[in-house]
Amino acid sequence: MTLLFTRYFRKVSIAFILPFFLVSMISVSLNAQNKPKDETIKFNEKCLQCHGQSKYKYLNPESGSEVTKRMYLETIINRTEYYDSNHKTFKCTDCHSADYDTFPHPGRLRMESKYACIDCHGGDETYAKFKFEEIETEFQSSVHATKHSEDFNCWMCHDPHTYKINVRSEEKIKDIVAYDNAICLNCHADITKYQMLTDKVNPNILKKHDWLPNQALHFKSVRCIECHARTNDSILVAHNVQPKEKAVRRCVECHSTNSILMASLYKYKVQEERSKAGFYNGVIMNEGYVIGANRNYYLGLISLIMFGCVAFGIAIHATLRIIKRKK
Amino acid sequence: MSGKIYLYPIWIRLWHAFNAILIILLIISGVSMQYTNPDNPFIRFDIAVSMHNICGITLTANYAFFLIGTFFTPNGKYYKLTLKGLTSRLIKQFTYYTFGIFKHEKPPFPVTKDSKFNPLQQFTYVIAMFVLVPIVIITGWALLYPEYTLTKVFGASGLTLTDFVHVIIGFFVSFFMFIHVYFCTIGATFVSNFRSMITGFHESH
Repeated sequence: MTLLFTRYFRKVSIAFILPFFLVSMISVSLNAQNKPKDETIKFNEKCLQCHGQSKYKYLNPESGSEVTKRMYLETIINRTEYYDSNHKTFKCTDCHSADYDTFPHPGRLRMESKYACIDCHGGDETYAKFKFEEIETEFQSSVHATKHSEDFNCWMCHDPHTYKINVRSEEKIKDIVAYDNAICLNCHADITKYQMLTDKVNPNILKKHDWLPNQALHFKSVRCIECHARTNDSILVAHNVQPKEKAVRRCVECHSTNSILMASLYKYKVQEERSKAGFYNGVIMNEGYVIGANRNYYLGLISLIMFGCVAFGIAIHATLRIIKRKK
Repeated sequence: MSGKIYLYPIWIRLWHAFNAILIILLIISGVSMQYTNPDNPFIRFDIAVSMHNICGITLTANYAFFLIGTFFTPNGKYYKLTLKGLTSRLIKQFTYYTFGIFKHEKPPFPVTKDSKFNPLQQFTYVIAMFVLVPIVIITGWALLYPEYTLTKVFGASGLTLTDFVHVIIGFFVSFFMFIHVYFCTIGATFVSNFRSMITGFHESH
């Protein structure tokens, strides 16, 4: 009996534990692929020992003393954010000149041109599904590209040292909204950054959106681009930001069975998940609720049938009362 | 047996008139929001939302007025359900509406000063005023302030659940209203019950 039990236990263990073990191994190896190598971290540290914080030190050969200087804000790289970003596996010199290894950095390096997203991601089979070329075309027609000079590039919104893809992840919609809206607010809610590109006075976003009912809830539940960028069927995140006059203002654009949210904020979830049975735009209901967009087909049908039956009953009753009335 | 009894004091008539108008507006705006169609809006969405909100808040005040009136005036006695023999009384009234009325039988529970409602009326009014309306009011306020509504209930979105309760109960309220209006045509004459709610006097058969 004991032997039988031991054999049975072994079989069960193999059947249950082995697949779990294999899955764990695969996930460990996948994670390892996506982590920066130790040598990369060590290599990058040569740059980050100065660029990783707000102050840096060097030895002045003239005076022989150690000098402490402040690092320019835009050249400070936060280690935590960098090693959590999409480009975390990169060495600094993958994108920047190897000549930066000398200090003081050679002056000619100031002329070094920066890569745009398309320079690495364009025309590459690996990234074909992200459609960077299309994103570039959409961006070029956007108000960001047409109203500003070349000053406005990809980096304005997507700092390559910190940018982390989130819309294709399993993250909650509310977190995606918060992350993406922070990108817009980075300039649109900061007068200093806003006026680096324009002489205009930055409009007060809260006041401009006074007309929007439940303003705080809208800001938490949808991204700015839902109303301010034109959707494109072939790319996941709309990049064609429109002039403010063309922003969506009609409530029913979202609050209807044909909700544009399904082609914007919920596009990825729609692609990944099956909608809930009988519900219009059911995927939205996992994390939110949109009046007019989330109604149930069957519930509507049942209520219509019930109303029909009552109306029919009343019609029969009324007809009989008329026929049988006292003469 | 025909005569007039003063059954509906002015406060009840005022409450009833407001209640009727508000519920009609709430049904119209609610249906318009639920079945929004960008190409052919019944009422423009933002207008429907404002209309629904204003009417809902006013309805709450009107309901509070009804509760005060019911608990602090003799009107409350009409809503006291006697459970003993309720089923047989309901069946008796139901049989009258389905058969007796066509044979010109006398109503089994004629209206008197002490008994304003027949058993079927009393039962449905108690359900409507003390179960259905409070539920739509509470869920309506929860939807008006969604940030304070439970976000998750047993793993499902609390907002979705609240909305579904609101919509389903709202449907039953509109259902009630539809039948209520038809039954009001069953009086001394076709319009006598409607007239009662203006004059305050009930006209007997």
